[in-house]
Amino acid sequence: MAKFQTPLLDQLESGPWPSFVSDIKQEAASRAKNPKGLDYQIPQDAPEDLLGLVELSYRDKETHWKHGGIVGVFGYGGGVIGRYCDRPEEYPGVAHFHTIRVNQPSGKYYSTKFLRDLCDIWDLRGSGITNMHGSTGDIVFIGTQTPQLEEIFYELTHKMNTDLGGSGSNLRTPAACLGQSRCEFACYNTQDVCYQLTQDYQDELHRPAFPYKFKFKFDGCPNGCVCAMARSDFAVVGTWKDDIKIDQEQVKAYVAGELKPNAGAHAGRDWGKFDIEKEVVNLCPSHCMKWDGSKLSIKTSECVRCMHCINVMPRALRIGDERGASILIGAKAPVVEGAQMGSLLVPFVPVEAPYDELKDLIEKIWDWWMEEGKNRERVGETVKRMSFQKLLEVTEVEPQPCQVKAPRTNPFIFFREDEVPGGWKRDITEFRKRHQR
Amino acid sequence: MADEDVVIEFLQGKSAAKSKFYFKDFLPLFPDKGPREVKKILTKLVNEQKLEFWSSGSTTMYGLKGAGKQAGAEGE
Repeated sequence: MAKFQTPLLDQLESGPWPSFVSDIKQEAASRAKNPKGLDYQIPQDAPEDLLGLVELSYRDKETHWKHGGIVGVFGYGGGVIGRYCDRPEEYPGVAHFHTIRVNQPSGKYYSTKFLRDLCDIWDLRGSGITNMHGSTGDIVFIGTQTPQLEEIFYELTHKMNTDLGGSGSNLRTPAACLGQSRCEFACYNTQDVCYQLTQDYQDELHRPAFPYKFKFKFDGCPNGCVCAMARSDFAVVGTWKDDIKIDQEQVKAYVAGELKPNAGAHAGRDWGKFDIEKEVVNLCPSHCMKWDGSKLSIKTSECVRCMHCINVMPRALRIGDERGASILIGAKAPVVEGAQMGSLLVPFVPVEAPYDELKDLIEKIWDWWMEEGKNRERVGETVKRMSFQKLLEVTEVEPQPCQVKAPRTNPFIFFREDEVPGGWKRDITEFRKRHQR
Repeated sequence: MADEDVVIEFLQGKSAAKSKFYFKDFLPLFPDKGPREVKKILTKLVNEQKLEFWSSGSTTMYGLKGAGKQAGAEGE
């Protein structure tokens, strides 16, 4: 028998989709049975109280969580988020219900042992409820009490060789796609650069001194499996400079229906015969492709690396050989200012260990943003407020046409007085000798 | 006066009005120092348990340890 009636939450179980309500109920039932005979360190019925509190919020149409808190582990300014409910007498199991963020393995590769060890810690010392994964990619442990924090931190760091993730005005847990470990499209080693920068920027991850959050994300190609361009302040997106490699025989095999387009990903229904004109050439956003019935050609100078043709015909088309990444700055979700996509700062940079070029750029941006950014202002908003030209100046990146989305409508690059021979000043008397009023 | 004392004095002077401060609030105390140097001073004070962090989850602030609302007042 459930501790609380939850008719509104129960409705969320009725659709065809997986439901967090079902998951929490399952965890509540498991804790009630306690099959492993654990000495639960926080109230056994915490998941039931959570359901009760969330039902109340749905009924009242307002949150019953208070805002933030002091809790954390010693020396760290992130990774733990204090959560308290404002109805502790009725829902004592979630009276204090702190969140812990744990740094996910690069590319989110797990061994089953690692997953079991995580769950063992959390069953004993927390609510048993997890979120795999938060939007920065962290493993999120939902709900524990203050005395458990140092215990959990000790076990994570000493027994599992992992660390807390980022929260607050910190560098957030860097995230990478699985990159060259499995993907033929990856233009650089996303997992290595993600690991290296996580190690190098430990101070920024754990000791907050930024105006607000800062996220790195590393996508191996423009398909963007970790969505760096939309979700990170500093997006590194794999790209290449030279031609897409074309195997004309394989193109013909796709056209003849011998190979399945999209590697058979859309095989759930009959879409008819593959039409290269309709499904590839005409969908090219920059119209840089041509199919003459026997030969496919691509004008590289017009290609915007949208990946569509490569995704449709992966056996026939391959990324180029001169590989690196583009860097985009300032993407964010709609808090404070509206949502923004990243703006292209560096069109191409080789991404090779020890990643000094990337780090040099990152540190210049941080130094500027820490000085000039307002409280709770993301770097994209600082750029918007102070101009992209200012960003180019502080990062010492040369202005380039590919940084301009719409020429003449927003010419953010202006000459400075010291760049113009003679400057702005003029002798008005001399001028009037040549020009009447 | 030692750098750490400048921070403590600033926080104590403001304690009637506010108990939590953004990182940027400390920069004007040290006009000759950059943000990274100021961060080192604050980190030292946190490690000595003279300051503590407050976090909403998205933003982090610094305050004197024990000042303002404490975990004890949150039912713990």
